Amino acid sequence: MTWSFTVREFRYWLTNYRRTWRGSIYSSVLSPLLYLGAMGVGLGTLVDAHGTASLGGLSYLAFLAPGLLAAAAMQAAVEESTYPVLGSVKWRRTYLAAAASPLRPADLFHGHLLFTAMRLAMNSAIFLAVMAAFGAIESPWAIAALPAAVLTGLAFAAPIEAWAITVTKDTSFALVFRFGMIPLFLFSGTFFPITQLPAWLRPLAYITPLWHGVALCRSLTLGTASLGGSLAHVAYLAAVAAVSIAAGNRSYRRRLYV
Amino acid sequence: MPSAEPDIRSELADRPGSVTGVPAPDVLIHARGLEKSFGGAAAVAGIDFDLRRGEAFGFLGPNGAGKSSTMRMIGCVSPPSGGELTILGLDPVADGPAIRARLGVVPQEDTLDVELTVRENLIIYGRYFGLPRDVIAERAARLLEFVQLADRAADQVEPLSGGMKRRLTIARSLINEPEILLLDEPTTGLDPQARHAVWDRLYRLKQQGVTLVLTTHYMDEAEQLCDRLVVMDRGKIAAEGSPRDLIGRYSTPEVLELRFDPAEHDQAAGKLADAPAERVEVLADRVLLYTADGDAALAAARGLGLEPLTSLVRRSTLEDVFLRLTGRQLED
Repeated sequence: MTWSFTVREFRYWLTNYRRTWRGSIYSSVLSPLLYLGAMGVGLGTLVDAHGTASLGGLSYLAFLAPGLLAAAAMQAAVEESTYPVLGSVKWRRTYLAAAASPLRPADLFHGHLLFTAMRLAMNSAIFLAVMAAFGAIESPWAIAALPAAVLTGLAFAAPIEAWAITVTKDTSFALVFRFGMIPLFLFSGTFFPITQLPAWLRPLAYITPLWHGVALCRSLTLGTASLGGSLAHVAYLAAVAAVSIAAGNRSYRRRLYV
Repeated sequence: MPSAEPDIRSELADRPGSVTGVPAPDVLIHARGLEKSFGGAAAVAGIDFDLRRGEAFGFLGPNGAGKSSTMRMIGCVSPPSGGELTILGLDPVADGPAIRARLGVVPQEDTLDVELTVRENLIIYGRYFGLPRDVIAERAARLLEFVQLADRAADQVEPLSGGMKRRLTIARSLINEPEILLLDEPTTGLDPQARHAVWDRLYRLKQQGVTLVLTTHYMDEAEQLCDRLVVMDRGKIAAEGSPRDLIGRYSTPEVLELRFDPAEHDQAAGKLADAPAERVEVLADRVLLYTADGDAALAAARGLGLEPLTSLVRRSTLEDVFLRLTGRQLED
């Protein structure tokens, strides 16, 4: 019953997405093109000219691309789990309508997470295809970077959704973007190895889900993944998502069953 | 043309008794000592009522009386803080999904998806109930016909008038052919013409045997639609009965309304205390005399040397019942 309820809510988001999917596909293609073109190829040429010993002799493009893959998943997840969630209780109030149907608050939460996972999978597949076109993939293991990126996104979507349903004003989201997402984007090993960070700052990077996502995706597209290391990253990201889902089950119920 | 009216209950009508073949109990909602409080403040302070199959039952009261809180508890989206509540023989906290599958809900504020079309709103809602595609399509067409929106099926919801949105919400609430239809202030905010259109549809549902529960602070709405109602005030039930019962019990057949020059209002009100009426209510702008014979009371008032600016003899309404029970007026 639970699964079928989740699917019913998922289908709501799907119906809704039918009107906007074209635009979203364009930006899913355009964004990796721009980033990989400007930073991977443009900036990468400069970096490579100075020698890439600190990157393990890799081209900057091959180093950067999987990091961006994970970071893009985070960005898409944050986008999908903030305004759409608050809007569902505050502006469009579709959650309030659905709460009067057999669906329970947790079903609404899970249905939207499932939809978010689908969006992440689409985005990441396109991203990987663009990476391949740029010649930024070094190993067939790159195919496993698709679920890895989705999991990275879910490790953000689940906690943020669990929180977003409790928010009353959208100004809170600006803080998440400015002081959460952007610092993570810049300092989680996407653009440079975190060994370049001061030693005291490194542990902070290790506890962020994005660093695990970046490290996992990178080891897969480069073909340097170890079983133990990959499992540790997956376990960490899955644990963040699982704990957040438990918290979200509760926060959705408290918000919708007053 | 009532004969041309599509019967929204056609499928249920083919099924004698309940789905399981066991005769459903006559009492659909049973509440005893039902309470709801928010952070210590009691919104519903211990109410008892029973809803029977096929009746139109109303909660009449001013804003803040606890009507919406009661409706949300019945709708299984608000756990009771105390007391007993069973809906369709089930527990609203443990069996929420099973109960909600058999309810229709028209909330006080529209929750239509304004970015979708009229028809899509019904389809999406039907899917929430797990109904098969062809069943949803057939019901959506029939319900749009019923609420007179068939010609707007493909239009966006956003530009529809308030009355049309309300009717669409009613159509949406019927997509699962509910056993009980809950309507929270169904016509608040609508202009008179739109209200009458909504009343007309609700009246037809009632004729088709749909069990209705509605809250309202409009006494005319309660009088038109409810077989039985409770008067709610400050979280409690002040009285219960049919509209006619309540009026008979708590008011007189006629009411004389007198309006005086504001400068003379208080003085006139003082004199009228001795008028031959069962009861005199002094409001801010009027004096009401409750009596069996309004014309005689008017003559008596004139006999006291009073010259009202306007006088009106009318029958008692639920408004008078409410005033009698609480000392306050329903609508502000």
